[in-house]
Amino acid sequence: MIELILPAVASCIVAFFVVFLMTPPLIKFLEKRNLTVKDVNKKEDVMVARPGGLSIITGIIASEIVLYAFLQLNEILAIIITTSAAFVIGYVDDRKVMGGWFKPVALAIAATPIIALGAYNSDLAFPLFGTVQIPVLYLALIVFMIPITGNTINSIDVLNGVASGFMVIASFSLSICLFIVQNYEIAIASLPLGFVSLAFYKYHKIPSKIFPGDSGALTFGAMYGTIAIVGGIEVIAAIALLPAIINSFLFLSSVKKITEHRQIKNPTSLTSELKIKSTDDVSAPITLVRLIVASKALSEKQVGFVIFKLAIFSGILAIITAFMMGVSL
Amino acid sequence: MKFGLFGFLFVMWILILVGGGITVMILGPFSISGFGELDRFIGSIIKAIVAIILVVIWILILSKLKNLIFRKEIKS
Repeated sequence: MIELILPAVASCIVAFFVVFLMTPPLIKFLEKRNLTVKDVNKKEDVMVARPGGLSIITGIIASEIVLYAFLQLNEILAIIITTSAAFVIGYVDDRKVMGGWFKPVALAIAATPIIALGAYNSDLAFPLFGTVQIPVLYLALIVFMIPITGNTINSIDVLNGVASGFMVIASFSLSICLFIVQNYEIAIASLPLGFVSLAFYKYHKIPSKIFPGDSGALTFGAMYGTIAIVGGIEVIAAIALLPAIINSFLFLSSVKKITEHRQIKNPTSLTSELKIKSTDDVSAPITLVRLIVASKALSEKQVGFVIFKLAIFSGILAIITAFMMGVSL
Repeated sequence: MKFGLFGFLFVMWILILVGGGITVMILGPFSISGFGELDRFIGSIIKAIVAIILVVIWILILSKLKNLIFRKEIKS
């Protein structure tokens, strides 16, 4: 445990400062090339640089390479390869609008390095009741999990700072859970995700100077999913991600098909005071944000804080669940 | 409203715990005999079908719960 402190500190410093220092020049670069999009929740035509995925993936790769130099684990290689593949998939979608099928299918393929490197344990652990062995079914779980976590984080990236702020809370909750279940090496490998998210949040928080784009959101989600698999805490990871899962569940249960968010009607609109309110269009999908503002219009910042409170609540549930892993009925 | 969302999260958590219990205690040890070499194959198919049914029930419960909690708020 003591020998892991140096790699942990080194990788966290690299993760934070690579993103913290790289993002401002990336913003200038994107603005210079006119790679900006309109911030839809602002009164004026505020243009924001996009995508910021490049600084996120650079921070993740650099910090995980530092860790690999110390630990030489296949699990770290799986994190690097799968997360990098997710970034490329997101970047393609940022530059060229792809169909609704593209990301789920491509992310399923991105999950295969986890299988190829054997960086998983096919016993699925549940709190209180123990484990169940599902050697064949677990392979399907791996292939499904990365598209689910990737698209789930992507779907919550709707307001300034929400995706990165949510990832800060969810990924640090995941790291705490990994320490509780005494999977120390993967716990340390998970820390860079929290520090990268924290550094990016500095520029993504309201008012955003940069958006992560699909490349950033898929990178966050894919790394989170990969850590859940290689750390053997799939159920705990799902619990920490519940607010984002609710968002996807509400969206799918109202739209009833896999589609791109840009292809559906906006579930919210702006009041004259620039507060977000639920749309009057009955055919628009129900989303987490629409539910939050259903009873009363709220500012973008207020909605973001409600989502962060929900993330903290599910993070606490995940930590309780991690403690329950050591208890057997 | 906000309490409703926290309640929804809490119920999802309970459903995950209960689902885990059913999976480990009932579905995991389940086996079938009388079909010779096909025992494991048929047993796996039955397990997969039961698991899918459980997921469908889980989604139906959540859908009902969503309507129950947010009926007043959702005007659609």
